[in-house]
Amino acid sequence: MSVLLSSAISVTLGCYALASVLVLLRLIRGPRAQDRVFALDLLYLHAMLVMLVLGIRHRSDVYFEAALLIALFSFVSSSAMAKFILRGEVIE
Amino acid sequence: MNQLPLWVEAMVATLLVSSGVFVVISAVGFLRLPDFFQRMHPPALAYTFGSWSVTLAAILTFSIAESRALLHPWLIIILLSITVPVTTLLLARVALFRRRTAGEADTPPPLTKARGA
Repeated sequence: MSVLLSSAISVTLGCYALASVLVLLRLIRGPRAQDRVFALDLLYLHAMLVMLVLGIRHRSDVYFEAALLIALFSFVSSSAMAKFILRGEVIE
Repeated sequence: MNQLPLWVEAMVATLLVSSGVFVVISAVGFLRLPDFFQRMHPPALAYTFGSWSVTLAAILTFSIAESRALLHPWLIIILLSITVPVTTLLLARVALFRRRTAGEADTPPPLTKARGA
């Protein structure tokens, strides 16, 4: 792997870390529950992007499947939490 | 596993860095905007541009490295473009419902009443 690609990957991972810290501040501060749910959804997205970038770095397909699973879990958990806030229970 | 040509590495590096920059911009917007409904907008940048460019970089890397068209990272783009609008819409309904039940001042009126039934 050349210097160009490895430094680009490092810069990208640093950007994701910074963005995750900013979203985490919103998660802690968030005035109401929907802010926190949305921040958690964004954190899931950042984890998925980190998995994809690590897959590029190590040239391995395993990371891709982890990213797909994280995307699925993000949808399920966020919609379940939104349903819970909306109705007070997940399955009626 | 063979070495990537330079133009592929340059393209992958550009896609990755632009994705990182856009994700940071969206996180800053998510942190700084004052209202929840305004705050829902910047993450769309990360959901679309951020994830698309990383996925395209992955497709490019694996396709050139294995010298055949590897299309399975498209699954992530398709999955995100189906699930993200559902989640966003649900959370918007949640915010609307909670504001309405709390009786806050700047809540948008319901659409059915605006239609003038």
